Parts: sequence; structure tokens; C-alpha cells
Amino acid sequence: MNWIYEPWPWYIGGPMITFIMFLLIMVGKRFGMSSNLRTICTMCGAGKKTDFFRFDWKSQRWGLVVIIGAVIGGYIGSHFLSNDLAVAINPDTIENLNTLGFESAGKTYLPTELFGNAVFFDIKGLAILIIGGIFVGFGARYANGCTSGHAISGLSNLQLPSLIAVIGFFAGGLLMIHVLFPLIF
Amino acid sequence: MRTLIYLFIGILFGITMFKSEAASWFRIYEMFHFQSFHMYGIMGSALGLGIILVQSIKKFNIKSFYGEKIEFQTKEKGFKRYMFGGILFGLGWALAGACPGPIYTLIGVGSLPMLVVLVSAIFGTFLYGLFKDKLPH
Repeated sequence: MNWIYEPWPWYIGGPMITFIMFLLIMVGKRFGMSSNLRTICTMCGAGKKTDFFRFDWKSQRWGLVVIIGAVIGGYIGSHFLSNDLAVAINPDTIENLNTLGFESAGKTYLPTELFGNAVFFDIKGLAILIIGGIFVGFGARYANGCTSGHAISGLSNLQLPSLIAVIGFFAGGLLMIHVLFPLIF
Repeated sequence: MRTLIYLFIGILFGITMFKSEAASWFRIYEMFHFQSFHMYGIMGSALGLGIILVQSIKKFNIKSFYGEKIEFQTKEKGFKRYMFGGILFGLGWALAGACPGPIYTLIGVGSLPMLVVLVSAIFGTFLYGLFKDKLPH
């Protein structure tokens, strides 16, 4: 069972994602994570502002339970199922990140430059997290789904709109990493 | 009982996101530099098996665990919302290094700054709701 403490290779991680989608389909639900953000808006009273949030959020309670599970799973994965949290990325990537000022590349799970608590005193780092988050939330709802809803669920169901969305995801990601990153960092 | 099942599925998902490193900012960055097969392997194998799964359920008319007919959502036709929304999402995905599933997972890992990303993503969703009617779909 030692393998479980090692980072999982893609051929375990990928099939596990399909297995999770299988379980959700078999209990009559679907695999999609970003719609919960809309449910949370509704719970917070966003329905008073606009129709988009006027629906019975209790019908989506199952999704909130799934994301609470995801939080617990993250805790279990990092605290009980891992010895070493460093992510062994490509040495070329590490070198590249070092030149951008990410000294933690190859040593940690998340860059401490952005996700260490010192970021709360760093206006630029904080702005990156806030802007990144807003784009994720806004974009996911505009595109009617995120990586799970489109790239896995939608494409598995051979939906053309999901293919367009996934092409958009990658176009946006490549634009950010190759064009905007050198300007930001 | 059903709540426990959803919780179990979520826990499995969180563990998978964390252990497969799909929740690592570094993996996302590396993926957009095409410097590793890892993320492509995860998404490719998940999708390949997913297509076989969904198409089999449809073809053999497989019922859910509760004996109900399984309905798959057909995504509304269109181009603009998927392309524009997709690009905006991709910009955020690469910048924050996390899509919604990993955002929840990483909060469990104990990253306080990830709460900032989550609250911002909720706010981004709210902004979409406000401006929805003014956007091309």
C-alpha cells in the first residue's frame, strides 16, 4: 500500500476521475463543480439582485455536500496520505519559474509566493488571487461549466459546445502563461 | 443516507485531485508550457474512459443505482458564450492555478489564501449574474 503515499501517476488519477463521474451519474446526479458557486450566491441572497440566482437552492444541496467532501478529501490527502508534498515538475519548468521569481518551484505543492500567508501583506500577490478567482467564477458561469462540467462531463457526452469551451479554456490559459505572465512577473 | 453517499464521493474526489497533483498550481503552469504529459494523461484518460462510460450507459440503457432512467444534459447550442466564457475561465485557471474542484480541495489542504480565490470566484459568478443580459451569448 506504499504507493498510496506517493503522488498518483496520471493513469490512476484519470481513471479515478471517471470513476467519480460514474458514481455521480449512478446516483442520478452529474459531475460539475462550478454550478455550486451559483448555488452559494443564491444562498447568500443574490436572488434579490437578479433573476439568474432565483431558484430553489435546496435542490442543489447535494452538490454542496460533494464540495464539503472535496474539502475533507483535500485534508485527508495532504495530512494522512502523503509523506512529501513537493511536486516533481519538469526541471526546465522549475528553471523557468525561478527566473520569474518562484523560488518554491519543485519544493512545494503550491507556490509559497502566492499561497503562503505572507501574501496577505502583498498587494500584488493578493490582486493576482482575487483577479484569478473572479475570472474563474465569471468565466465558468459565462461558459456554463468548468473543467469538470465541460472537459470531462460534456465531452464524454460528445457535446460540441463543450469542445468550444475547452478550446477557449486552453486559449485563455496559453494567453495568460505565455503572453501575460512575462508582463505580470 | 444519500447525503453520506455525496459526502463520500466528494471525499474521493478531493483525495484524487490532491494526490494526482491536478490541484497543484505548478502542474497547471507546466501543462501550459507543454513540459509534461502528466495533466494531459489525467484529462485524456478520464475523458477516454468517460466517453466509453457515457456512451455505454446510453446504448445499453443502464439504470441508476435507484433504478431510475439516466438523463444526460444536452448543452444549449451556441458559440460565443462558450468561446468567450471559456477564454475568461482559462485566463483565471492559469493565473490562480486552480479550477473550481481544486479550489475546494486546497482549502482542505489548509491554504488560507485559497479562501480569497474561492470568495473571488463566488463574486465573479455573482458579477456574471448581474451582467448576463448585456453579454453576447
